Amino acid sequence: MPSLDLFLQPEIFLVWTAALKTLVILGVVLTMVAYSVWAERKVSAFIQDRIGPNRVGWAGLIQPVADGVKLLLKENFVPGGVNKFFFSIAPSLAMIPAILVLAVLPFGSSLFGVPMVIANLDIGVLWVFAVSSLGVYGIVLAGWASNSKYPFLGGIRSSSQMISYELSLGLSVVPVFMITGTLNLGEIVQYQVDNGWMVFPAWFRSGGGLLEFTTDNGSMFGLDLGQTLLWIPMMVSFVIFMIAMFAETNRVPFDLPEAEQELVGGYHTEYSSMRFALFFLGEYAAMIAGAGVIVTLFLGGWSMPFVPDGSQGWFWGLVNIGTFFAKVAAIIFFFLWVRWTLPRFRFDQLMKLGWYVFFEVALVNIFLTAGILAYLQS
Amino acid sequence: MLTILFWVFSVLMLASAAAVVLFRNPVNSAMSLVLSFLALAALFVTLDAFFIGVIQVLVYAGAVMVLFLFIIMLLDLKAETRRRLNIAALAGGIAVLGGFVVLITHVVKSLPTSADHFPALARTGYSDAYDIGMTLFSDFNLPFQIIGVLLLVSTIGVVFLSRRSLR
Repeated sequence: MPSLDLFLQPEIFLVWTAALKTLVILGVVLTMVAYSVWAERKVSAFIQDRIGPNRVGWAGLIQPVADGVKLLLKENFVPGGVNKFFFSIAPSLAMIPAILVLAVLPFGSSLFGVPMVIANLDIGVLWVFAVSSLGVYGIVLAGWASNSKYPFLGGIRSSSQMISYELSLGLSVVPVFMITGTLNLGEIVQYQVDNGWMVFPAWFRSGGGLLEFTTDNGSMFGLDLGQTLLWIPMMVSFVIFMIAMFAETNRVPFDLPEAEQELVGGYHTEYSSMRFALFFLGEYAAMIAGAGVIVTLFLGGWSMPFVPDGSQGWFWGLVNIGTFFAKVAAIIFFFLWVRWTLPRFRFDQLMKLGWYVFFEVALVNIFLTAGILAYLQS
Repeated sequence: MLTILFWVFSVLMLASAAAVVLFRNPVNSAMSLVLSFLALAALFVTLDAFFIGVIQVLVYAGAVMVLFLFIIMLLDLKAETRRRLNIAALAGGIAVLGGFVVLITHVVKSLPTSADHFPALARTGYSDAYDIGMTLFSDFNLPFQIIGVLLLVSTIGVVFLSRRSLR
């Protein structure tokens, strides 16, 4: 069979596996986007003691499809006096960066020997920051091109908010690199497989432990001095990163760019139909990508204690992929939970929190980590 | 493949760089500059310089240009009116540019290394971020520290100058 041999040549194999992975991940994430909107409505209904969507399909499960059809069929209204070019590309500019972030996330260990990451870049985390920093253009241009006061204020708020919180976001993950010694997201996950998750470093340690247990199959778990000391800066990093991610994705309590009571709908006030839907979906896609980054950096990515990776057979490969998406879903639930629990900050409070608290704490945290690492090496 | 990508991205970069000065609307110019930066980053990536490429996007496209756009929007700059073409100024500009290009070609050709291709970067087996870090902190440690102090001083200067009440 010559055709099969052609598919197995290294370069062609790389191309079609990458294309397949891209398609599958895109499909999975866009489905997750649609259903996180449904989940948002269900969770908010639960928290507010309501029922939520339950008319279309069982428990309202076909609601996202109905919403999508409705948005597609509505008139795509363009108000007078807008800058037509930027008005029409702004929704795509808000959506694309969120999708691009997914390219470097390791969403599983390996399946049939193929690593489950689309692009295994050595600068993975920087790619995440670089691409998500471009997400602000969609919002700013939408606000400006709409030629209307409320969208404009929303766009301005969004750009200052995202620039401010990008600093804390970037600084808070520096300790992770200092500990793992790599920027490659796959290697960061592998480090957590070997040494325990960043937020709970209690697995697979051996030798010199404060507490130690050995399981039947010989793997160890317990705590040792180094992991326990590094746990402190890791928790600080995790909390700062998580909160900064709320601000980056414009979620409550930091959703000032689209605060309804002050700005109508914020930057997408003038949008209708599918363009509005693109903003909406972009926001949820950014949330899912952000949750994926949190899971990869701090919650061990696809790893689960005492579960082997994909080299032990395709079944475990699938289990790893399932673990990753389950963790992402848990983080998304946390995002929703916070949204329907906390009130919104004032804009000056938001800026003060970013510049006076998180920025400094993240900087001190870097020095603390450096100190601990130096102490452990001596 | 890489050659095609090189030509695509260099044409894109030069075209959008020209668009920066040709557009009269400041927002159009700013967005063209962003596109130019992105194409430049793509060129770095085709040279396997992932770190520099991504820093280009992160710092220039992601932070500096957002601030530019922010200021343009806050000041509400309107599109400039197109001035009448000044033939003498245009001719002068082209003459200076031509002279500059001739000079550069001459200098590059006279260099002893210009005949052969530049050697590929030595592969150390680590990521390019690692290589850049090691070079910065070992061979160029002193200049690196000096630049750090310079940046710190300018940051403090900006914070001082932008205080609301100067006594």
